[in-house]
Amino acid sequence: MMKKNVLGLFLTATLAGTAQAETVFVTLEKDNALAVVDPVAGKLIKTVEIGQRPRGITISPDNKFLYVAVSDDNTIKIIDAETLKEIGKLPSGEDPETFALNPTGEKLYVSNEDDSQVTVIDIKHKKATKQIKVGVEPEGITVSPDNLWVVSASETTNMVHWIDTKTNAIVENTLVDPRPRALNFTADSQQLWVTSEMAGTLMILDVKTKQIVKSIKFDIQGGVTADKIQPVGVVIDKDRKRGYIALGPANRVAVINAQTFEVEKYLLVGQRVWNLAFSPDQKRLYTTNGTSNDISIIDLDSQTVTKSVGVGTYPWGVAVKP
Amino acid sequence: MRAINLFFRVTFKFLFIIHLLNVSLVYADAKQTVNVAYLTQEQKAPPPLSNLDAYIKDKGELGAGLAIDDNNTTGQFTGQQFVLKKFIVPLDGNVLETFNKDIGDQYSYVVVNLPADALNKIADLPAAKQKMLFDVATIDDALRNEQCRNNVRHILPSRAMRADALAQYMMKKRWNKWFLVIGATEEDRLFADAIKRSAKRFGMKIVEKKNWEHTYDARRTAQSDVAVFTQVDDYDVLVVADEQGQFGEYLEYRTWNARPVIGTQGLIATSWHRTHEQWGAVQIQNRFKDLAGRWMEEQDYAAYLAVRAIGEAATRTKSNDVNKVKDYMSSEAFALQGYKGNPLSFRSWDGQLRQPVLLAAPRSLVAVAPIEGFLHPKTELDTLGYDQPESTCKWSQ
Repeated sequence: MMKKNVLGLFLTATLAGTAQAETVFVTLEKDNALAVVDPVAGKLIKTVEIGQRPRGITISPDNKFLYVAVSDDNTIKIIDAETLKEIGKLPSGEDPETFALNPTGEKLYVSNEDDSQVTVIDIKHKKATKQIKVGVEPEGITVSPDNLWVVSASETTNMVHWIDTKTNAIVENTLVDPRPRALNFTADSQQLWVTSEMAGTLMILDVKTKQIVKSIKFDIQGGVTADKIQPVGVVIDKDRKRGYIALGPANRVAVINAQTFEVEKYLLVGQRVWNLAFSPDQKRLYTTNGTSNDISIIDLDSQTVTKSVGVGTYPWGVAVKP
Repeated sequence: MRAINLFFRVTFKFLFIIHLLNVSLVYADAKQTVNVAYLTQEQKAPPPLSNLDAYIKDKGELGAGLAIDDNNTTGQFTGQQFVLKKFIVPLDGNVLETFNKDIGDQYSYVVVNLPADALNKIADLPAAKQKMLFDVATIDDALRNEQCRNNVRHILPSRAMRADALAQYMMKKRWNKWFLVIGATEEDRLFADAIKRSAKRFGMKIVEKKNWEHTYDARRTAQSDVAVFTQVDDYDVLVVADEQGQFGEYLEYRTWNARPVIGTQGLIATSWHRTHEQWGAVQIQNRFKDLAGRWMEEQDYAAYLAVRAIGEAATRTKSNDVNKVKDYMSSEAFALQGYKGNPLSFRSWDGQLRQPVLLAAPRSLVAVAPIEGFLHPKTELDTLGYDQPESTCKWSQ
């Protein structure tokens, strides 16, 4: 007991000592571990064991807890974001991969790919409260910042399903381009951005009409064929100035003007870039690069890639703690 | 007891119907039905070549079944219902009769799991003119060239596509000198022709070519024949053409010189393989195994894609009309997700499904063709098989 406390103190001290800056957590799918990175120093601080095949990761709104989907353990673990100790498990259903936390931090929505359903979890009671049938192979999932909508994308059905958070029922389905992968709302909850891995597109949906209002086809000049452009992760800054799309094996992040929907730039990052996360001040963007085993750090003022940090095998998800 | 059972059954059915009704009320207005027929004929089990692999009777069928389920999951949100009806003609039956009598004008979409000859005869029937036939069995290049039919789409990669996939890999490995070993069947000759075509296409050399005329007995073949048979001038790789697997498995490790084996055995080219896990493939492998209790075979994958192609086109066009579906399937907008990274589509000049080809060893996926670096002005997938300028299919004229 004594030893534990001392260790805890020591950890807190080192973390506090590193900088005022944030900590980046990266799940390592093949290492069964979580990488802890100091992005300002550009250094891997340590890796900790986390469970079998960790993938999706997110942090609670109060930044106290990390939720990590450990797919082969069939659970989502609750991790203390300071000590990195496991403090609980959530009944995610089999093989959890992606999930979304609602803005109040009370509910978690999990895609159960093999069962074609979304599981709703009450975090406080660690209970699955509802299973919602969706299309085949649901993957990307997100909750609108105003907490009205949960949207689930099914990869084989090629749809996004609009689930009313009050009733937990689907009220609308929008057919999108093949193999929708990831999706995210704009901060004002007015638009939903959806990526299609197969078509190589980004679709912007209007939340009111639930229709596609704009479709952007990525086209990279010079040596990157259309086959390689497989959009995955998508994030939009809080002022809706720019959006950023991870383009998978094209090894690039597309920078989109979120007002005009022009592609402003393609930033070369590591190989098979999957997921993205902003720094809390939105001055930096972190990317997980699946096959080059690193993360790239993008400085958003200058729109340049400033660093890459080796983290371990198959970096998958990324979460940031201020 | 029986009465109770019946009561439960009826109640459950009733509840189930209510549930379905609810679903349709919430998600869509009226149901539109898309009827799909699956046509095959029972086959005599071939003589077993080894005890390792059990004969699988229902290759294809279960893939079609899985795809119908997937289509209907989508359909519950779009108001479409997909119905699969299987027609399995007995060994001594007549597939043409079944087609005329049972499929007749009730089905616009027919998944055909039959040999080339039967497929062509069916495609030429007056009753087939206004239908779409999906060939999930043949790999003949002739069917995609001089014998092509406008109402047929071919799902499996042709021999030429497979040979090109292998050739690209051999070229990348700089295995430039090939020793071609050809079995005794007509299919083996066709596979060898495809290999010769690929060698020419990619500037590789067939330095030696021999027909296998030895015994097919495992022990004898293994011990003596192979070593003697493979004493030829130096080569980089042995390419074997033995589609039925009568002797090809015995070549590896027994050649006079230590050389890899590639072709129909050793490293093979296939549209689907149990070692394939990328691009979400592990999901469908699991779903199929849950359904079938066995691994997904090539014909299962082909039948899955055929029914999914119908589903995708019907969903996008919101129609069950065969002309609309056909037009959409032939258009540039059509993109089928096939768990192989690239979107799949049909070649406009011969109805062949364009797709990556897997290069697999028995327990590991070695590469996926097109191999990086083989370029094409339109899509790299068209570096495999007969490209538009080479095609002798004249259906579009």
